[in-house]
Amino acid sequence: MDKALKLKILDLMITSRCMEERLIKMSKSADGFFWLGGPGEEAFNIPLGLLARPGQGLDYDYFHFHYRNGATMLAMGMDPKDEIRQMNNRATDPFSGGRNFCNHYARYEWNVVPVTSTIQTQWLVAPGTARAQKRHGGDGITIVTCGDAGTAEGDFHIGLNWATQPGHESPVLFIITNNQYGISTPYEQVHGTRTLASMGAGYGMEYGEVDGTDVEASYAKLQEVMAYVRKERKPFLLEAHVTRLYGHSSSSGANRVPEGSEQDPIETWLKKLIKQKLITREAYEEKFKAEVQRMNQLLAEVKQEPEPTGDSIYQHIFKEV
Amino acid sequence: MATMAQAIRMALHYGEENLGVTDIFGEDVGPPLGGVFTCTQGLKTAYNSPLDERGIIGCALGLALAGQRPVCEIQFGDYIFNTIDLLKIVGNSHWASIGQFEIPLVCMTIVGAGIHGSIYHSHSFESIASHIPGWKIVLPSTPIDAYGMMISAIKDPNPVMFLYPKALIRVKGTELIPGEPEDEKELHRMIDAPTGPTLYHIMEARKSWKPEWPKGLTDYQVPFGKAKIVQEGSDITIVTYARHVFMAKEAADKLKQTEGISAEIIDLRTLYPWDRETVMNSVRKTGRVLILNEDTPVTNFGEHIYREIVDTCFYELVAKPRVLAGADVPGVGLHPNLEFASIPQVQDIEKAILAICSEKP
Ligand SMILES: Cc1ncc(C[n+]2csc(CCOP(=O)(O)OP(=O)(O)O)c2C)c(N)n1
Repeated sequence: MDKALKLKILDLMITSRCMEERLIKMSKSADGFFWLGGPGEEAFNIPLGLLARPGQGLDYDYFHFHYRNGATMLAMGMDPKDEIRQMNNRATDPFSGGRNFCNHYARYEWNVVPVTSTIQTQWLVAPGTARAQKRHGGDGITIVTCGDAGTAEGDFHIGLNWATQPGHESPVLFIITNNQYGISTPYEQVHGTRTLASMGAGYGMEYGEVDGTDVEASYAKLQEVMAYVRKERKPFLLEAHVTRLYGHSSSSGANRVPEGSEQDPIETWLKKLIKQKLITREAYEEKFKAEVQRMNQLLAEVKQEPEPTGDSIYQHIFKEV
Repeated sequence: MATMAQAIRMALHYGEENLGVTDIFGEDVGPPLGGVFTCTQGLKTAYNSPLDERGIIGCALGLALAGQRPVCEIQFGDYIFNTIDLLKIVGNSHWASIGQFEIPLVCMTIVGAGIHGSIYHSHSFESIASHIPGWKIVLPSTPIDAYGMMISAIKDPNPVMFLYPKALIRVKGTELIPGEPEDEKELHRMIDAPTGPTLYHIMEARKSWKPEWPKGLTDYQVPFGKAKIVQEGSDITIVTYARHVFMAKEAADKLKQTEGISAEIIDLRTLYPWDRETVMNSVRKTGRVLILNEDTPVTNFGEHIYREIVDTCFYELVAKPRVLAGADVPGVGLHPNLEFASIPQVQDIEKAILAICSEKP
């Protein structure tokens, strides 16, 4: 990893964290409603976005995201203003026009299919886009993400089964971001499986784990497994161990977890870069402060934009023939 | 004449040859069987899926999101209930993405009673389906309508729930489908796969079999939202669909002879969006209406039609409208006595017509 990339990842981490913290503040004010998102997953989600190939159509990757992939979207080139628009439920929200929660993306030009709140159903839809990609040829892949608790749904197995159906093996990168909790339920309380990744074994697919709080490990692992899926046109099941720095969502208070209870991947990365003399803490703090300012500014701008009108609910029920 | 199964098969063939259908799949849909009701025999894009209804709907949605044109099948309507949340997602994806994604997906599934199917091969699904916005819902009663509605379904850029009645799947049509050979034996020879006493025989017989598709099939369409007036009449309107079109006809024919009652029978064909204009025009003319179907009665789709009629034509009605639906019970029992008590029969329809027509304004 060269110096420029290391610093780019740090910059994206800062943007991502400042964006999410802005959204959290909005959720606690009149500027937004429910929040959920991905602070704690940046070291994994940013490499994912940088290595993916967003674009429209079968030559590009398809994305079936969990609701914690804001950092991935930023790494793919999303303007944070768009996410603030969604949180502020403006008509200008390009993903859902004020219809959906934050971190519920849908972007046709990037093959980001609509994020749904229903846990694990994205695992069923992913084999469909991957089948189309396999038939089309090329090296586009389907990337689908979920949490650890959601793997208890039958849909987890259905996805793996369809992606390995003989004759229909397809290029899906299945990703579990394991943060050890489903809302309040600890992983060990409800899962007997030793690792979730090893569930791939029964389906005869390749699988592996990675420390998702480690930028370099995540980047390297993603590079390796994406190359495999692109080339072999077969699925891979990857489990990334991540943290959850603001709890589950608004429903659990959206407050920062106690100092030292969970690793902050930004702090870890920053320390590494300071040690390598790529940045100073002061410079980082400057950047962070500036980014906080920028998010405030973006929100101020977004609040001037039009709200969706009540009668717009009837738009887009059907595509007009 | 073609049966509904043959008609659907021909429409799907036309769809994969000319309308860009890419995937026809579901349980036992591909070779060797070609569907437990034979609707997908000999189709070049038909394949077997795992025995997994959630996977079927999920994969179909993924294919549609990636610009393909899937037609998926749920083997029986009775087994679609474990996919309701996915049907919601299919129905809301265009809306939730403010029109960014098109969902050109057809889900076909066979519904209703009438084949001694007992508790788990007799369910209706149309009322529940109508609670899932974002879908167009059709339920044809004749082979030619099934053909034309399947073509329309494939051409539509939106999700279409193609329901078809178990009781009518093997009934021959009375109208030739454009391009269908006139001799039905010839049609059978051309497109019905050879059969045998066991799966092994069938596999053997079908190894070298290829259908010979009729050359002149067309993109004959039955537009959505257009009901069919099966017979005109002046005393009462019967709004129905599927198997009950024929049962209504039987009851009406009898009452024409015995009581001189002239009934107008409307086959809705499309349940969403349904043809308000044809229904209201008829009700305005007759002032009396029976809404008839076999789904369970509480929150029955017919109740919705009833309300719309009352809202729209209240002052033109000369008798209280009625909904005649299935019994409010958890299932359709196997013994014919049980089934007949659960599903409106011809005598029940006659009684309802008489009750409505004998009311004095
Ligand atoms: C089908 C379904 N059941 C329940 C919920 C409510 N719910 C929302 S998030 C969540 C926990 C998910 O945990 P996990 O899969 O580990 O993902 P995480 O939130 O930890 O990223 C639950 C139960 C839901 N959204 N969908």
